[in-house]
Amino acid sequence: MTTTTTGTPVGESTGADPSSASPRPRRRRGGGGLGSYILVRALLILPTVFILVTTVFVVMRATGDPITAALGGRLTPDQLAERIHDAGYDRPVLVQYLEYLGGIVRGDFGTTISDNRPVTEVLATYGAATLELATYALLVAFVVGIPLGMLAGYLRDRVPDAMLRISAILAYATPVFFAGLMLKLVFSVWLGWLPVSGRASTDAEIELQFLDDSTGFYLVDAIRTGDPAIVGDVLEHAVLPALALGLLTAGVFLRLVRTNVIGTLSTDYVVAARSRGVRESRLVRAHAWRPALIPIITVIGLQVAMLLAGAVLTETTFEWKGLGFQLAEYLQARDFVAVQGIVVLMAVIVAVTNFLVDIIAALIDPRVRY
Amino acid sequence: MVAETVVPAGPGTGSPGPVVVPERGRVAWWKRLPVVHQLRQSVGLQRGMLVAGLVITGIFLLTAALAPVLAPYGYSQLRSADGPFGAQQPPSAEHLLGTTVGGYDVLSRVIWGAQTALLVIVVAILASIVLGVLLGLVSGYFGGWADRLLVVLCDAIYAFPSLLLAILMAIVISGGQSSMWGGILAAALSITVVFVPQYFRVTRAEVVRIKGEAFVDSARVLGTPHRRIMFRHVLRNSTRTLPLIVTLNASEAILTLAGLGFLGFGIEPTAAAEWGYDLNKAVSDVTSGIWWTALFPGLAIVLVVLGITLVGESLNDLADPRLRSRRAAAEVSGEVAETSVVPGGTLTAGPGGLDTIEGAGSRSDELAAAPARPDPDAVGLDGRAPGAADDDPRDGAPHDETEDRR
Repeated sequence: MTTTTTGTPVGESTGADPSSASPRPRRRRGGGGLGSYILVRALLILPTVFILVTTVFVVMRATGDPITAALGGRLTPDQLAERIHDAGYDRPVLVQYLEYLGGIVRGDFGTTISDNRPVTEVLATYGAATLELATYALLVAFVVGIPLGMLAGYLRDRVPDAMLRISAILAYATPVFFAGLMLKLVFSVWLGWLPVSGRASTDAEIELQFLDDSTGFYLVDAIRTGDPAIVGDVLEHAVLPALALGLLTAGVFLRLVRTNVIGTLSTDYVVAARSRGVRESRLVRAHAWRPALIPIITVIGLQVAMLLAGAVLTETTFEWKGLGFQLAEYLQARDFVAVQGIVVLMAVIVAVTNFLVDIIAALIDPRVRY
Repeated sequence: MVAETVVPAGPGTGSPGPVVVPERGRVAWWKRLPVVHQLRQSVGLQRGMLVAGLVITGIFLLTAALAPVLAPYGYSQLRSADGPFGAQQPPSAEHLLGTTVGGYDVLSRVIWGAQTALLVIVVAILASIVLGVLLGLVSGYFGGWADRLLVVLCDAIYAFPSLLLAILMAIVISGGQSSMWGGILAAALSITVVFVPQYFRVTRAEVVRIKGEAFVDSARVLGTPHRRIMFRHVLRNSTRTLPLIVTLNASEAILTLAGLGFLGFGIEPTAAAEWGYDLNKAVSDVTSGIWWTALFPGLAIVLVVLGITLVGESLNDLADPRLRSRRAAAEVSGEVAETSVVPGGTLTAGPGGLDTIEGAGSRSDELAAAPARPDPDAVGLDGRAPGAADDDPRDGAPHDETEDRR
């Protein structure tokens, strides 16, 4: 699908890659307008996704066929050959590749080998859990990272700034699973305040399973049951994973906001405002923080990539049954069909998020457009 | 070095007044080494962070080098002369940090783990520099459709969650598990794939910029072969941002290695000690209140990443004039040469030096306006190696590249 659509309609604009800021003068500055920018940017997703999908296919197939990988030791060579033949893995790689591409376009990612479920079903079931975790984590990151970053930038090179910067570096230096394990040790095992793992206790989980057209977001579902005990239970389970993943991301936000607040505080218009006698606290709140947020928005795309990787580790630590947890399980089982599906989905999520982020950035800052 | 290249400041350098190249200016060579230079340049908190980072990194390197001497037991040793160690033993006189669920000595595995981590960092970074820089150089120099393709490919890979990419590569390279060197190579190469796009992008951007400079044109007019222009004129001027990325990538390499190990794609415990693997095994220990198996390998990761990041972070800030803490005015006056934005005189200031003078505006426009830096080889003044000053990572440019990545 993608190969045909990429080159034709956009022509030269596609070639002007956003990454390499070469001194080449920009053509059509401001000529396109927002509409055509969105269109061009949307079309740029396709090659990205196509490349990722192809990379994943090539990489996974380089190790041999998925059946041997998953069931290698457990079946006789004859049975193995039969399974391989049935699944079509003995055909030419190119045919398999095209079929795989076609399947993805139709939304068909194949069937898992270890537990024989459609991959799409796996994605739908566990995707919501990962999304829920990522949402909580982002929330924590925003609430913690942005105000502290402004504070650090404002109090630059003073003691609070030093402490905050060191904590931000510590947050980066701590692997999310180690942070998770330590939180678990202190708050669940030693203090006994919070549950050790899972998304909800067994009773609540059963209750939620029987809810009609459940969304997969436990908090939403729990609120819909109207039972405060279940809501509380779900929230209790979410605290530690959200903190572990969120604080890690908060460190990134803190550093970014700090750097940018320092940058904007030394710009001419802030200096001018200061010379007019605007109070220092108001300088940060009213003048410096908004421009400092733009870079945050633009890096959220990359943060989502990091959050997904972080989610894989966090979910494994807390047995949070989401995509990351399943990915680790399928990896252990060498079920590469499932792995392939999950990885492709994550790649698509990252590509689409980057697209949305670029659009938002263009809406905020007109200079961003090609 | 300064003495050989005394050339009046170019008209376009934009420096306010004459740049002072003091007569006492022949700074000892070791003071100009990348890290030493920054150490001398830094003040206050920044110096504190840099020193702390250097100390931690030093301890890490020593531990890695002396692991056989320091570690009380082997990394896969299960029993001593007195019999087996026993599993999950709390810290005691024999086992200062206790034993793991598999019956290994925690302290020994933490110490040996430093060696594994260091090997992986070195292999990963060497491989990605060679691959990324070469690709970026060739791609940026020749351009064309292959260049476009590589850029799109690298952008796609860059956007991909790096841990997932590393997992995929680990599957391909080793099928997940392997021997010590196999495991180290697999882990390192998996990480390499994640890093190559970064080096590619940075190098390519520099190459594209430099190949438009006049000295490259003049070399071409003189009939210099492409290979010589690429390696002698372009490459040596394109590498100044690399040391910075190396420090930041080193810490990322450790985190990725630990992540791989935690997910079970690391190195077998009998082949080498690896912190992520130990943490994976410690997950169930934590639930039953056994803290020593998780705490110490985790702390080792945090400390090493912290140390390397502090170094990288400080270098980054010192390279960015907006973030560099300034000395008090009285202190500055004595040491203009060191704190000046043009280090070591005008000529040795590469495009980065000019850039820092001009501030953080759009670099390309200003550089186009600034005079091309004379290349000794191209103009026949083969006085010194053109790349000598280019190891100096003082440039705002890599800041965005690396910061975004976090």
